[in-house]
Amino acid sequence: MSFVFFLLATLTVAGGLAAVLLKNTVHCALALTVAFAGLAFLFLNLDAQFAGFAQILVYIGAVAILVVFAILLTKGSETPKDGVFSHTWLTGLAIAAAVFAVLGWAVIETAPMLPKSTSVPIVTVAQIGNALMGRYVLPLEIVAVLLTAALIGAVIVAMHEKEGLE
Amino acid sequence: MTPLGDYLLVAALVFSIGLAGALTRRNAILVLIGIELMLNAANLNLIAFWRYGSHPHPDPLTGMMFAIFSIAVAAAEAAVGLGLVIFIHRHAKTTDLDQMHRMKG
Amino acid sequence: MQEKPIFETLDQIFVLLKHWLVSFLPTALQPAAGVVISVATIVCLFPALFALTTVFERKGLGRIQNRIGPNRVGPFGLFQPVADGIKSLTKEDIVPLSADAVVHFLAPLVLVVTVFMGFAVLPMGRNMVLVEMDAGLLFYFAMGASTELSVFMAGWSSRNKYSLMGAMRAVAQMISYEVPLLLSSVVVVMMTASLSLSDIVAAQSKYTWGLPHWYIFTPWGFAGFVMYAIATTAETNRSPFDLPEGESELVAGYHTEYSGFKFALFFLGEYLAMFSISGLGTTLFLGGWSAPLSSLTWVPSWIWFFSKLMLSIFVFIWLRGTLPRLRQDQLMNFAWKFVLPMCLLNLLVAGLWRFLGDGWPRWVVCSAILIAAYVAMGKMEMRSEHFGPRSYRYAE
Repeated sequence: MSFVFFLLATLTVAGGLAAVLLKNTVHCALALTVAFAGLAFLFLNLDAQFAGFAQILVYIGAVAILVVFAILLTKGSETPKDGVFSHTWLTGLAIAAAVFAVLGWAVIETAPMLPKSTSVPIVTVAQIGNALMGRYVLPLEIVAVLLTAALIGAVIVAMHEKEGLE
Repeated sequence: MTPLGDYLLVAALVFSIGLAGALTRRNAILVLIGIELMLNAANLNLIAFWRYGSHPHPDPLTGMMFAIFSIAVAAAEAAVGLGLVIFIHRHAKTTDLDQMHRMKG
Repeated sequence: MQEKPIFETLDQIFVLLKHWLVSFLPTALQPAAGVVISVATIVCLFPALFALTTVFERKGLGRIQNRIGPNRVGPFGLFQPVADGIKSLTKEDIVPLSADAVVHFLAPLVLVVTVFMGFAVLPMGRNMVLVEMDAGLLFYFAMGASTELSVFMAGWSSRNKYSLMGAMRAVAQMISYEVPLLLSSVVVVMMTASLSLSDIVAAQSKYTWGLPHWYIFTPWGFAGFVMYAIATTAETNRSPFDLPEGESELVAGYHTEYSGFKFALFFLGEYLAMFSISGLGTTLFLGGWSAPLSSLTWVPSWIWFFSKLMLSIFVFIWLRGTLPRLRQDQLMNFAWKFVLPMCLLNLLVAGLWRFLGDGWPRWVVCSAILIAAYVAMGKMEMRSEHFGPRSYRYAE
């Protein structure tokens, strides 16, 4: 386990833990940004440059700002009087721990059988572009329709209603 | 060269942390934050398998394209989810999930 | 024209200097040392340019406003940045009691770090890119997107309603103009078939009849450049889009509660963002380090890059002194209803340019489409309520 990987993994896991444990919601959103950045660097460590930069551009540049705006528009920065964890927190924690146990066991048990290729698959941006327009044009169009629908839907749902319709 | 198993363990850990966050927090936005963490962990899994896949690689593009589409879809889902949270806050005046346990109102 | 050897040496002088300095070290350390030297050069050069630009701006604005700018410190006021630097370093660093200390501290750091990262992919001369990346433009925009978060962090952590409002306005403006910024750059990527900035400059370094192939000299490139210029003025919160930091509106916007060195860091970050985005604009549209005429290629390439950069900065200062400020809703309207449709149309026109083939028809068709769309959209989308004739009320 190389030093860089250890550092990045610690950063990501620490960011994730902070994002779910902190009391102040805006701090949680900023910790989430740190987790996103850690993941983007992990992608870059795995020689996936396009995915890494797309992760920074989309997640840190858009999703994190969206989360922050939503927190401010819903007065999320005030701490509720009954605490921040729901009354069923123990069950939730147990389920998450069980899921991690199963996944971890699966990974550790099959460790010798995992592929160990050392050559980097060469994927240039030109190849991605050609693939998007050639072999993957149908998923591209579907994602485009999905994003348009999401855009229109989010605007309609969050728009202020006209006077007199309430 | 870190083995593939280490990346998968980190992805599993981030996934469970996201799941724990989605299941234990009160604020609806923090549930969405947990969901985003889960999606990111799945992306890490995809990219790790893409990198360490079989040698020689028969189709190096598939894993990368899967991850890119996953990022795009996750962004759309975050937008709609947060729009819904804003709308519900406007209606129920709160984002506390413990108080929204009935369909009435 | 044959390049004389002395000018070739001058052109590559910084690269040769770096190789000479690095050759003193053992072979194992040489790549790391090369990187360290390049990074140190960028980190020292651009803040020095920033210092020069502050005095340039204050003198320029002063002259536009019919006054002399600072002229006390040094000849013609040229040592004013030294005085400013000493002042900002020795001022007391006040952090409000109810402010969020950690986030308040980190916001200027995040801004400066992400802005410096953008300089890594700019080709500042022949063979003078810090990192040669296949997806260089994507990296640059990823770093640009991260700066918006630091603006929000600064505004929110100050627990001050003016800061928060300024930060919200600034972030809304930056994300609105992010889309035209990316779309106007995508046209260049489309026509060059590469995301790498060095490829884009190389594609513009050819000459026909002595005139260069810069993208600004094509109809779609000119329209793209105009929209890129509008988007960059809005992204860096410069006049006429500087409502987030308008002194008459919001005290000082998101950096109200910052004093001393942290304020200097915000100031530095804003100007560095201006430099790096102007650098990107010259790379994409103005030909990067290539000379304007084929007879002038003997002049070193880095002189051309920095001259074009300083010309862009001069235009920014000129705009600041001349145009009035836009209101928040006016500038959002402008972004979504005018600039964005024009950007999409520009993409279409660029595709048409490629498929019409070489010759004069494509110039006429593309220019006609763009001009007609500009006039039509200007009349349709930017229409406001009809005002009657102006009436004046005098104090009687």
